[in-house]
Amino acid sequence: MARPNWVPAGTDLDKPNAARVYDYYLGGSHNFEVDRRMARKAIELWPDLPMIMRANRAFLRRATQFAAGEGISRYLDIGSGIPTFGAVHEVAREHRPEARVVYVDMDPVAVAHSRLILADDPLCQVVDADLRNTDDLLARPEVEELLAPGEPVAVILNAVLHFVTDADEPAKILAKLREALPSGSMLILSHASLEGRPDQAGSHQSLYRSTPTPLTMRSREQITAFFDGYDLVEPGVVYLPEWRPDDAGSVGPHPERMTGMAGVGRLS
Amino acid sequence: MNESPGAGGPPGPEAQTAPGPQTARGAAADADGTAAAGFRAAWSAMLRTGHGAAVRPGVLNPLIARTAELLHRAAREHPFRPELAGQAGALLIDNQFTDPQLLADAVQLIQRQPVPDDRGPALSGAFAAGWAAALRERTLREQEAIRLAADTARQEVEKALRASEARFRALFESAAIGIGLGDTDGNILAVNRALGEIFGGGPEDMQGVRVDDLVHPEDTPGVWEAYEELISGKREYFQFDKPYYRRDGEVVWTHLTVSLIRDDDGVPLYQVAMLEDVTERYRLQERLRHQATHDPLTGLPNRAAFFERLEKLFEEPEPDARFGLCYVDLDGFKIVNDSLGHDMGDQLLTVVARRLENALSPLGHMVARLGGDEFVVLLENCRGEQEAVAAAKTVLAALTRPVVIGDHRLAVGASVGVLERRVATTTPGAAVRAADLTLYRAKEAGRGRWTLFDPKENARAVSRYAVSVRMPAALDRGEFFIDYQPMVDLASGAMTGVEALVRWRHPQMGVLGPEEFVGVAEETGLIMPLGRWVLEQACEQAADWVAKFGDRAPKVSVNLAVRQARNAGLVGDVERTLRSTGLDPSMLQLEITESTVVGPEDEALKALHALVDMGVSLAVDDFGTGWSNLAYLRDLPVSNLKIAGSFVGDLHDPAKDTHLGWRIVSGLVSLAHTLGLSVTAEGVESRADAERLRLMGCDLAQGWHFGRPVRPAEIARRIADADLEAAPEPGLGHES
Repeated sequence: MARPNWVPAGTDLDKPNAARVYDYYLGGSHNFEVDRRMARKAIELWPDLPMIMRANRAFLRRATQFAAGEGISRYLDIGSGIPTFGAVHEVAREHRPEARVVYVDMDPVAVAHSRLILADDPLCQVVDADLRNTDDLLARPEVEELLAPGEPVAVILNAVLHFVTDADEPAKILAKLREALPSGSMLILSHASLEGRPDQAGSHQSLYRSTPTPLTMRSREQITAFFDGYDLVEPGVVYLPEWRPDDAGSVGPHPERMTGMAGVGRLS
Repeated sequence: MNESPGAGGPPGPEAQTAPGPQTARGAAADADGTAAAGFRAAWSAMLRTGHGAAVRPGVLNPLIARTAELLHRAAREHPFRPELAGQAGALLIDNQFTDPQLLADAVQLIQRQPVPDDRGPALSGAFAAGWAAALRERTLREQEAIRLAADTARQEVEKALRASEARFRALFESAAIGIGLGDTDGNILAVNRALGEIFGGGPEDMQGVRVDDLVHPEDTPGVWEAYEELISGKREYFQFDKPYYRRDGEVVWTHLTVSLIRDDDGVPLYQVAMLEDVTERYRLQERLRHQATHDPLTGLPNRAAFFERLEKLFEEPEPDARFGLCYVDLDGFKIVNDSLGHDMGDQLLTVVARRLENALSPLGHMVARLGGDEFVVLLENCRGEQEAVAAAKTVLAALTRPVVIGDHRLAVGASVGVLERRVATTTPGAAVRAADLTLYRAKEAGRGRWTLFDPKENARAVSRYAVSVRMPAALDRGEFFIDYQPMVDLASGAMTGVEALVRWRHPQMGVLGPEEFVGVAEETGLIMPLGRWVLEQACEQAADWVAKFGDRAPKVSVNLAVRQARNAGLVGDVERTLRSTGLDPSMLQLEITESTVVGPEDEALKALHALVDMGVSLAVDDFGTGWSNLAYLRDLPVSNLKIAGSFVGDLHDPAKDTHLGWRIVSGLVSLAHTLGLSVTAEGVESRADAERLRLMGCDLAQGWHFGRPVRPAEIARRIADADLEAAPEPGLGHES
């Protein structure tokens, strides 16, 4: 059953918000004191965090380049947050100047911000929708329009599925997305993981419990299962820096410290 | 740093584009070129790590080249233009190199390269200032952007909220179901129109009303407990049918659902009540219930209501609970009906009903009309026979005065059958049947009187009225069935045997016990086929238990009537039955009575010996009640004595000497043991008696304390339960 579209709760500026906290990790100023307080606390507990977030952003950049290089010019970025630099449309257009992107987020502030900066870009759309309400998301006119011609689409779930709890049945969500995609489409996915640093994961999860988006870390096996129905592109589901690095040296000596896992799948 | 300057190698392409016009020539120029290449390499490496990894190459490569170029010019060109270094700093910020660590690293790199005329500090100062100024601008710009986004989002949300509120207000206001919102202190905060209408007013009339004001005396027990639990957060919702008073004093019945609303931290915040007016449905239900349980003519509870109440008494009776029945039948009602018409008859019944109701209800007794001119008075918690007799006298007294209907003065009398028993000793069906038969004795004795129940008379009456006629066909129609009563080993407490007890599901009289029809069966000779049937059924059942439970299966004990025991075909019957059912003879015990064998030369003795030789065991049933010739007892091939239930029963008869009673029982036990027989005590109803019997050496016991006669499935369940209790650990040591 579809959830009713209630008025979003995310405008409560007294609560830290995942999109703005992420922006802070990446060195941006699109955030408020409450976000920074939480980010600082998280970094204090886990000093590698900004590095991990940058590694995640770098993965998104490489994966988008890969997709564009493979000829994909349509992108559905779900959980796009506040796309300050290295946004998908900027990266994709290096290869595919005609690239179209639909950015989706459930946080009204992130959505409003995205609309402000993308107002003059006719090939970019911003949709406020909840990934968990997948049917509603897919029924949005902007999304329908993106999928309608049957051209391959890259769906980006970058650091967003870990905000979907098991109770919300992520496997079902992915199945619905997959069924909506034309053949040749891609799934670009990164996910916070218990692998690598299980010692850190617990306290980090409990920190996010006070946000509107609690965190669920998952294992490599669980994350790989999200690619059911796709052919995994080499090298499969790996630590963030290990996915098609620009050069061997940029992986760094301890990729497992970047506790996120990432992969790209292709729909045959 | 991964990249090291290629010492002695060719200068990189960036180095060739950078030389300033004032650069010295020769070796100095070479050294400068090498240093410059080294700086560029280090600069490039610095910008490619960390944040740079996330920047796309199309942006990053030109950025690296441009900033290195600017810094190079600032370091070398004359005149010294520190603002070029500032521009480099600003370019970095434009691409979100905002990490302060980057500034530290960059200043170190800039400081390390050799520069002319001591411009080093000014150079790095200008770079840092340019970086910081741009960062400040960027920060302010981004803060403004995010504020604007937040404001925009908030406005959108407010707009959405207003639209949503309008929608929900409409939904709340025009809902057909009554909705009310209250706080957890019980203050009603808002109600909709439908709720106001249920209460016979408008929503404004509910202002200032508290939930606790809405108590109704007919509230279902538990509704207010549920309410307390809800508002204290112990439950999420509850549902009841609940009556309320309307403003006009009328009662409205509602189907009420109340749910709890909590805040984000789970603290109870509001209660929401939804009420549906179900008054019509409720009234209809009440009317149907009344119709189903009341006699339309007299308004008294009807037959169904009476039996419902009576059966309730038997559900979980106190051990000593007693009850009484007065079965009332009008004398001469048929004459009134036939001579004066049904209308007159009905009026007479109505008056009689009212009189009985008025006379007996104040005493706390229930009066019901069973049909025709039959009434019944039920005495719950009866204190004894006297009270039941008093009720019967009250019935007769109430009908002494003639009934005046129109011009007629009708003298009505009645006969009353009175029954007063311990609840535990009978069943509803048997009690009513017995009261009815007692009533007939009152009628036969001359009407206008009451008669007290007498068990012997009752048995006689049962056989007279119904048993003998129907019995021959009953066996063919499958009206008989067998219950089994546990026999327990007193030392171990284990159920080692069961006694098969035949029952007759009589179409009119309900379930009859053996004492009610075996006598007749003996008289008519039906006991022979019936006895064979019981033997076959019991053996089949026993074999089934053996197959299911192995050595935990109980031995089955079957009663043999005198006529059966003395029949020439007995041994053959038993042999055939054992063979056809496959039951081991040692699992069968036959119970005979003392009067089965009359002397040492009795032919019956041979048959009994043959049975014992076969492996079947024999018991003497009801020992001590007949004329027992102890000398013959010695010759009987029995192995068990069953002491009649009356011996144990007498131990609790206040009119009898308890001490003497126990000595008799004890004497019987030692007599049996002297003869080498085991002893079974019947009619054991309490733990204390069971314990005392065990201490005096009694071997087996049966009686209500150990279990009433039950269906075979119940026996199987008992065996299975005992297995469970005995199993040391689940899953271990259990073979089946």
